[in-house]
Amino acid sequence: MEPALTASSATPTAPGSAAIEFNNVHLGFTEAEILRGVTFAAQERETVILLGETGTGKTLLLKLAAGLLHPDSGSIRVLNQEISAMPERELLEVRRRIGFVFQEGALFDSLTVGENVAYRLHEDGVRDEEIGPRVSEVLKFVELAHTVDMLPSDLSGGMRRRVSIARALVTRPPIVFYDSPTAGLDPITSQTIISLILRLRDTYGVTALLATHRLQDGFAMANFRFDPQTKKVLRDGSPGSQTAKTHFLVLRDGRIYFEGTPDELMHSQDRYLQRFLI
Amino acid sequence: MLGAFSRLAANSVWRALILYRLYLCCLQPTLLTLSRAPVTLLLREKLVADTPLQATPQEARAPEVPSVREVLEDLAKSTVLKVQDYSKLSARAIRNLASGPRYVQDTVDQMDDIGVGSLPIVLLSGFFIGAVMVLQTGAQFERFGQASLTGDIVSLALIRELGPSITGLLVAGRCSSGIASELGSMLVTEQVDAMRAMGTDPSRKLVTPRVLATLITLPLLTTISVFVGLIGGMVASVLSLRISATTFWERAIKIVQFSDIMQGFSKTVVFAFILATVGCYQGLNVKGGTQGVGRATTQAVVVSSVLIIVSDTFLTRLALWLADKFF
Repeated sequence: MEPALTASSATPTAPGSAAIEFNNVHLGFTEAEILRGVTFAAQERETVILLGETGTGKTLLLKLAAGLLHPDSGSIRVLNQEISAMPERELLEVRRRIGFVFQEGALFDSLTVGENVAYRLHEDGVRDEEIGPRVSEVLKFVELAHTVDMLPSDLSGGMRRRVSIARALVTRPPIVFYDSPTAGLDPITSQTIISLILRLRDTYGVTALLATHRLQDGFAMANFRFDPQTKKVLRDGSPGSQTAKTHFLVLRDGRIYFEGTPDELMHSQDRYLQRFLI
Repeated sequence: MLGAFSRLAANSVWRALILYRLYLCCLQPTLLTLSRAPVTLLLREKLVADTPLQATPQEARAPEVPSVREVLEDLAKSTVLKVQDYSKLSARAIRNLASGPRYVQDTVDQMDDIGVGSLPIVLLSGFFIGAVMVLQTGAQFERFGQASLTGDIVSLALIRELGPSITGLLVAGRCSSGIASELGSMLVTEQVDAMRAMGTDPSRKLVTPRVLATLITLPLLTTISVFVGLIGGMVASVLSLRISATTFWERAIKIVQFSDIMQGFSKTVVFAFILATVGCYQGLNVKGGTQGVGRATTQAVVVSSVLIIVSDTFLTRLALWLADKFF
C-alpha cells in the first residue's frame, strides 16, 4: 500500500530564490586544490545532477553543501543561510533540515533498521508513540517494512541504500543530497534506487543534489516522473506530465566544465563530454 | 623508595621517548630515502595514462627528499597540532556536561561496558597483586622479625599507588583500545559524518558519555581492586607468613589516613580522564581506512599507558606536597 505522503511540508526558501548557491568556492588539502572556483545554484524543487569522474570532488561538493566541510574561500548559501563560515553549533540546526544519503549508506551498524530510521526523530525529541508510525510509513515508502528489526549487516547493498534514503526522508527535509546512490550496484537495483529518488522528488517536492558518475541516472531523473495518482513512473511527455526541472553539472579538474540541460549535454560536440555518452 | 622508583621509571620513559623521536626524525627518513632511490630513478620517465583510452609520455617528477630541518619542523608542527586538537576535544567533552542535549542512556551503556565489562580482569589481577605484594615484602620483613608490618605496607602501596595505576593501565588496555577501534570504525564507514549530517554533535553523543562513564566507573573499579587486593594479601599472609587475618586486616586499616585515600582517588580520576579522552581522540582521528583503525587502537593503548605512568609521577609528588602542607 502506498503511504499517504504529502508534498514537502517545509519549503523555507523565498519564491524564486536559490535553495543552494555556491559562489567561487575553493577547497584544497595538503596534496592539491580539489575545487577551484565552483559556482552554481540550485533553485527550489530543482534536481542538480553532479557528473564527473572519480576524484573530481563530487562528494566534497555535497559535504560542503551540508556544512560537513568548510571551504577555503568562496560562499555557500543553503536555505537562505550563509553556511561557509558558520560555527558547528549553528550548522547542526541547518543540517536538521537537510537529508544526506551517503555512498555506502553509512547506517549505524549497532542499531536495527528501525532504530536507524528513527534516530533523527529521537534526537528531535519526538514522542515515542509518534515515532513508530512515522518509521513504518517511510519504510513502507522504500518497500522495506519487513526489515524494521533487522541489523544493517543482514541487508544487501541495495537495501542498505534504501534504508539510508528512508532515514534521510523521515523528517521530510526540503533538501536531499545523494552521494553516488547507485555506485557499485547492479543495473536492476540501481533502477530501483533511481525510481525511489524519483518518487521522493515528485511526492515531496524536494530540492536535490545527486552526485553520480552514471549518466543514465541523470537522464532518468530528467526524463521520467512519478505520478502520485496512478503510482507509476511515467516517461516525460506523457499526458499531463510536468517533470521537475533537472540540470547537469559536469566537474573536471576542480571546476564546472559544463552546466546545462539534459538536451544540451546530449547534443554537445565536446569530446570530453561525449565520453560520458558512450 | 617509591619516589626513587617512580623517578627511575619516569627517566626510563623519557629516554625511550627521546630515542623514538630521534629515530623518527633522523634514521627513519634516511632509511626511507635509501629504500626509495631505485624506484625514483625508474619513475623519471614513464607512460602516464591521462585518459582511459590513451597514454601519453610525460615527465614524472622525482619526489623531493625533505631535509632533516624540514622533517624536524614538520614533526614539531604536527605534534603541536595534535596536542591542540586533543586539548580542544577534551575541553569540549567537559564543556558538554554543562548544557544539553545529554545522552544519559549512552552513558549508562558505556558504564556497563567499561565498568562491569572490566570487572573480571580487575578482580583477578587485584587479588593476585595483593598476594604477590605480601609474598615479596613479607620475606624482607621476616628477616627483621617485623612480619606484622606487611599489612601496613601492602595497604598503603595498594591504596596510594598500585590500585589506581594497575587498574588504570588494565582499563586503558581494555577500554582505551576499544573506544579507539569503535570510533575509528565509525569514522571510516562515514557513520560519524552521518551523525553530523543529521544534526548530532559527535562530541556530545560519542565522547562525553564515554568520558563521563570512565570518570564514574574507574574510581569504583579501583576501590574494588584495592579491597580484593587486601583480601589477596590477607590470604597470602595467613598461608605464607602465619599472620592472623585479624592482625593483617587491623594493621591494613589502621595505617590508612584520609590523605592516602585522597591521593589514590585523585589519581583514578586523572587516569580515567586520560584513558577515555586518548581513546576518543585516537578513534576520531583515524587516517588510512581499516589499517588506520588498527594503528589508532595500538596508539591509544601506548599513549594512554605512557601518560598514566608519567602523570602518576607528578601526581604522587603533588599529593605528597599537599599532604605535607594540609594534613
